[in-house]
Amino acid sequence: MNAENSPKRRKSIRYTRWGYVFIAPFFIIFIIFSLFPMLSTVYYSFFKYYRQGLKIIGPTFIGLENFSSLFKADLPNYLGNTLILWIIGFIPQIVISLLLAAWFTNQRLHLRGQGFFKTVIYMPNLIMASAFAMLFFALFSDNGPVNGTLQSAGLLSEPFRFLSSVIGTRGLISFMNFLMWFGNTTILLMAAIMGVDPGLYEAAEIDGATSGQMFWRITIPLIRPIMAYVMITSLIGGLQMFDVPQILTNGSGNPDRSATTMIMYLNNHMYSKNYGMAGAVSTVLFLICAVLCLLVYSIMSGNHDSAKKERKGGVHK
Amino acid sequence: MKNSSKASRSRLVAARTGSYIVLAILCFLCLFFFYMLLINCTRNNFQIQQGFSFLPGKSFAINLNNLLNDANIPVLSGIKNSFIVSALSALLSVYFSAMTAYGIFAYDFKFRKAAFTIILLIMTMPTQISAVGFVNQMQAMGLRNSLIPLFLPSVASPVVFFFMKQYLDSNMPMEIVEAARIDGSGEFHTFNFIVLPIMKPAVAVQAIFTFVTAWNTYFIPGLLLDKANKKTLPILIAQLRGADFLKFDMAQIYMLITIAIIPIILVYLVLSKYIVRGVALGGVKG
Repeated sequence: MNAENSPKRRKSIRYTRWGYVFIAPFFIIFIIFSLFPMLSTVYYSFFKYYRQGLKIIGPTFIGLENFSSLFKADLPNYLGNTLILWIIGFIPQIVISLLLAAWFTNQRLHLRGQGFFKTVIYMPNLIMASAFAMLFFALFSDNGPVNGTLQSAGLLSEPFRFLSSVIGTRGLISFMNFLMWFGNTTILLMAAIMGVDPGLYEAAEIDGATSGQMFWRITIPLIRPIMAYVMITSLIGGLQMFDVPQILTNGSGNPDRSATTMIMYLNNHMYSKNYGMAGAVSTVLFLICAVLCLLVYSIMSGNHDSAKKERKGGVHK
Repeated sequence: MKNSSKASRSRLVAARTGSYIVLAILCFLCLFFFYMLLINCTRNNFQIQQGFSFLPGKSFAINLNNLLNDANIPVLSGIKNSFIVSALSALLSVYFSAMTAYGIFAYDFKFRKAAFTIILLIMTMPTQISAVGFVNQMQAMGLRNSLIPLFLPSVASPVVFFFMKQYLDSNMPMEIVEAARIDGSGEFHTFNFIVLPIMKPAVAVQAIFTFVTAWNTYFIPGLLLDKANKKTLPILIAQLRGADFLKFDMAQIYMLITIAIIPIILVYLVLSKYIVRGVALGGVKG
């Protein structure tokens, strides 16, 4: 790019400063509304800073005290809840999505009505999560229609109290997350499978491979980067889980705070105006997400570079 | 020979039938709850207590009227606030993300690579984790109970940027820009009148996604807005959840949920083809 294009480069030099002008608004807003808040959040985490009644205590520097009380108290518990809720939603999500993506892209199977199916299964992703949770609360409450129907059908003698049982509450939250995300994952995996060189399948078919063998030996290994991407972004999304459990349990995370997620915990500290502890919770989340973001970055930039090379190659040909 | 092909054909039919059954079950799960929602917002409180019904009732107008006249739930201003925030978020994010993407795509400046790397790195960082600093800073700037902090940050939307950048990489020939320069077009003029029209498909898809995301957001608005006339729809829903439930008219609850999600579903049904394609292309959302 450098040596061969040098005459062109000289010509374009007076334009290059425009690059800064074009990216300036993005970075100015980013610094004001994201970077400063992020830094001050981390800063608060080292201070005793909360409201007691009408009095504001602090800010007083206390080093890592917020973190040590965090790890001694509820944080491991809530981080565990968040991960459990994510996992029991994610496993069915990835299994069903892989299955659907494989079916939709299978030429021999040749499913009809794909446009319709994709439209329907993606729809829950666009639904307001808090409204969806409210709907589930109304339908699954102790004397709601689900219990009413089960009782009048004679399947239950007394209402099953979904929101008073740990399994019921966690199950509903994960089920909602599954419904909201499996369509999205299916579409992503389909795009990945369709990107696989069809010649590989043709060659395998000539060699007498079954659909199962082709799926496990060709499809899965080749879409592994996208699967990793899907999993990590889903985990980042899972760590942010808030709307659904918050609305479903009215912020309590009950029964027995088994559905309190990290962000709900953060939200509770925000409401009680304990900015020191809220900052510490955020900082822990930030560190976890930073590692995950680096992983996503390495996947994305890998893809990006290879796409670029391909394009360049195409141009030179 | 004939037998084996017959056997493989019947196996294929069986596989196909199996797939359709699984798909039908999944579609049922996706649609059932929304169907129940639509049915229940047309029935009165007493009918709703009776359990499920597959047939609508006749109380839609009454329920809507009751909800709109409920002094405790400012629905109309909620719709208005949600719409303002979502529309401005969509507008700002697509325009400035396209601009940033074009800046990095078209100009070979010194920090180009660094800027791109930074944006990719922060792309998947959740906004919730800076909430403490954000809320305090907005308080200090006098922007609590204002809608500005809900839409202005959309100017920096890394995900939208990334989508736009990818679109430019595969669809934008620099020759057009150079030709425009020779014709004496200024850089901003070129961007607004030549580059943006080329990016129209990407802009449309991302505008829809940003609108929907902003429409559905609850966490940050919930922390910033506590004045009744500033609340957005998700906050009103949360407020209903906190209310004493058993005394409440269930029909109004279903009606509010309907108001919150049906506009999005309608837009989606009209544009679903483009949206589904956009998901497949972008590969990054949420």
